[in-house]
Amino acid sequence: MAKSHVSTTVNGDPVEFLCDAPETMLDVLRNTLGLTGTKEGCGTGDCGACSIIVDGRLVCGCLMLAVEATGKSITTIEGIGAPDRLHPVQQAFLEDAALQCGFCTPGFIVAAKALLDRNPDPSETEIRYWLAGNLCRCTGYDKIVRAVQHAAAEMKGQPA
Amino acid sequence: MTYEPKNLRVVGTRPIRHDGADKVTGRANYASDFTLPGMLWGRVLRSPHAHAKVISINTDKAIALPGVKAVITGADLVLPDAGITQAGESAINTQHLAKNLLARDKVFYDGHPVAAVAAISDAIAQQALGLIEVEYEVLPHVIDVDDAVKDDAPLLHDDIFTEGVEPRPEKPSNIAKRIVVAKGDVAKGFAEADFVIERTYTSKPVHQGYIEPQGVVANYAEDGQAMVWCSSQGQFLIRDLCANMLGLETSSLKVIPAEIGGGFGGKTTVYLEPLALMLSKASGRPVKMAMTRGEVLRATGPTSGGSYTTKIGAMKDGTIVAAEVVLKFQAGAFPGSPVGAAVMFCSAPYDIPNLSITGYDVVVNLPKIHAYRAPGAPNGAFAFETVLDELARELKMDPIDFRAKNSAVEGSKSPYGPTHGPLGGIECLSSAKNHPHYKANLGPNQGRGVASGFWINIGGQSAATVVVNRDGTIALVEGCPDIGGTRASLAMMCAEVLGIAAEKVRPSIVDTTAIAFNDVTGGSRVTFATGIAVVQATEDAVRQMRERAAKMWDIDVEQVGWRDGAAQELNGNRSLTIAQIAQKAAKTGGQIMGHASINASGAGPSLTTHLCDVEVDRETGKVTILRYTTFQDAGKAVHPSYVEGQMQGGAAQGIGWALNEEYIHDAQGRLENPGFLDYRMPVASDLPMIDAVIIEVPNPNHPFGVRGVGEAPIVPPLAAIANAIYDATGVRMRDLPFSPPKVLAALEAAEKAKG
Repeated sequence: MAKSHVSTTVNGDPVEFLCDAPETMLDVLRNTLGLTGTKEGCGTGDCGACSIIVDGRLVCGCLMLAVEATGKSITTIEGIGAPDRLHPVQQAFLEDAALQCGFCTPGFIVAAKALLDRNPDPSETEIRYWLAGNLCRCTGYDKIVRAVQHAAAEMKGQPA
Repeated sequence: MTYEPKNLRVVGTRPIRHDGADKVTGRANYASDFTLPGMLWGRVLRSPHAHAKVISINTDKAIALPGVKAVITGADLVLPDAGITQAGESAINTQHLAKNLLARDKVFYDGHPVAAVAAISDAIAQQALGLIEVEYEVLPHVIDVDDAVKDDAPLLHDDIFTEGVEPRPEKPSNIAKRIVVAKGDVAKGFAEADFVIERTYTSKPVHQGYIEPQGVVANYAEDGQAMVWCSSQGQFLIRDLCANMLGLETSSLKVIPAEIGGGFGGKTTVYLEPLALMLSKASGRPVKMAMTRGEVLRATGPTSGGSYTTKIGAMKDGTIVAAEVVLKFQAGAFPGSPVGAAVMFCSAPYDIPNLSITGYDVVVNLPKIHAYRAPGAPNGAFAFETVLDELARELKMDPIDFRAKNSAVEGSKSPYGPTHGPLGGIECLSSAKNHPHYKANLGPNQGRGVASGFWINIGGQSAATVVVNRDGTIALVEGCPDIGGTRASLAMMCAEVLGIAAEKVRPSIVDTTAIAFNDVTGGSRVTFATGIAVVQATEDAVRQMRERAAKMWDIDVEQVGWRDGAAQELNGNRSLTIAQIAQKAAKTGGQIMGHASINASGAGPSLTTHLCDVEVDRETGKVTILRYTTFQDAGKAVHPSYVEGQMQGGAAQGIGWALNEEYIHDAQGRLENPGFLDYRMPVASDLPMIDAVIIEVPNPNHPFGVRGVGEAPIVPPLAAIANAIYDATGVRMRDLPFSPPKVLAALEAAEKAKG
């Protein structure tokens, strides 16, 4: 079967790739584009380790076919923060010790950024339900929720 | 090394972890993030049956598929000599390991590997699996532990004769071992007791649930030199097990530790690594393999379920006089459940004069059970701490006072032999009793539960090297994978001894060719044992720097002290910083490097008490955790944030075990919930904040007083939640998990009984 040619945007860069029809966006990010910050924890959309933002919407990379990327704009963990400054969510995760093994962390940071982009002042309950698609087995979520609250406060304090 | 109180400037603070930026940006490389040029993709064919004879395996069609480079089966794996490899808190039988890696004449569980393939793409490798023809003769299977011990149970192995029974049985059995801990006279104790309660409990296997599935890249060269990249809890263990499985010399194999995406004990053995090496050897190419989540759940070791009977007797004044416990644990396909730890530790928070605790290690058609955080202890504590709750109510005593009255303290003899040193059990209980949580009001259908837990912790072998760089910064070289912040805790102890900032120390976890053997990251041992190695290596470097300063000043080394990151002249006011000494190192004797390689003992147990408030929905049976507070003796919290993280994370795993997690099998013994949708681990919206109160009763055997903290937090939640559900509803839940259908059924049964 011939491969499909896809033109898309990843972290602001124009990107082209060839893929087989069954390949997921997660497969292509990790194996074709070398963006291994997006992790595979389950492959069934249950753990959120492969969270990416597609045209402003939070998506599991494992549930999106790579061919669906055509014409879309995709943000991965590698596209969050700048070389001279981490994103406030990343900084808060560091300061608040919101990670242990770190494997789920890219997915949580992508998901938390997507939340704060949409709702800059979420309640604890809103944070917990928004992040319910992301599994962490190490932290019990306490420090993750606090880090997102911390990041929200930091971001409100900053000029838009 | 012994504990001495000190003024601390780094230990006890909360710096940003050294590997933090890598982990919040996606830079950190885990098992499956690595690739090599020319790499093949490997896949495993697994048994669809819980128990079957393998009549034949035909791989001809698979190997003929274009793009397939190698196919292996159990026939390609030479059975190693019988032997035991220590893996932290587990002991690995190498012959059983080989039979688990690739089935030989029998498959013992749904998911048992029977063959593996390497091909030029993952898609071709998967296609090739479908071309392998395996003929099975399906056998009756057994999973439930009480069924497996029956005389007419399907027999898994014809060469297992129960150990620990005299005389040696004549017939083979699924009971691999019987273990007994006893002291005093239990019959006499029960005869004296004013109150005696006996209850039976069951639980199902639960999985460690690390989010990173096992993955590996192996590269086997023509000269027999091989490299393995994988995530594990110990690169040296992986090296030794792989060398054993493939008959390699230790020096032929280099294992590079990837970042590890959670382990909880489950990554203290091998599943894919030897297969990837065999496929690489057969194909002459590097081979990458990674498990799917379904494979992780079907074929990597969960921890045991089982059945447990506890009988405890107490006097009217609350003194416990006797306890008798029988614990039957599922071992999975091969012997080796953690029942021994449950036997030794289920009663260990308490000092009980008459004890009889018996454990049975029972093989069943499940994946080989493997270590999971305080292995065995949560099961044992579930069956013990719930009876204590019932007794406290009979005695009309506060459950915390009841536990405190019977607590083991310094000088009491532990059930497993040694006499206790300083212990924090009483401190945890009194801190819990005085906490606002314990006094807060509860509403209708709400209840509060208390439970305590004990974990022994281990020491073991660790090595560390402290390299002094010319600018005065430090390279800290160590060999224990960092699962939860040990780079930070080790670097902080190094910085404390040197008198510099933690940020000036860069910790690295190196491959098996770059440092002496280290035991695994397990047994809550790294901040304790590797911490001692780091302190000794740092002290070695300080000694050398004092010698160099003495040489530079032309005075006796005894005249040189060390303070605030500099050599200080004791009878003068000259000082030399680390950088000033290091810059002259070439002329004063060469570069400066401190080293230590130790086998630490005296880990010091960690005790913990949990408070849990629940609300039970009487219409659905759903149990909601309203409030949760953990109290734990950390000895000394080097980085308090990561100690809290262990306490919170362990509690959350215990909550999942209590409320939802379980292996569910169909009538054929196949796992029905091999995915995170149906194997339901807690998510953020299931939990409240988890308050962590750190108690510090210094461990006399560590320079900063450290005790391991990682495992104890998973011990109390099962019982704490069971006790809270009773407090809320008046219904005792004795069969885990307390999922909504089970709680609802219990509530309805209780209503019916009332009439």
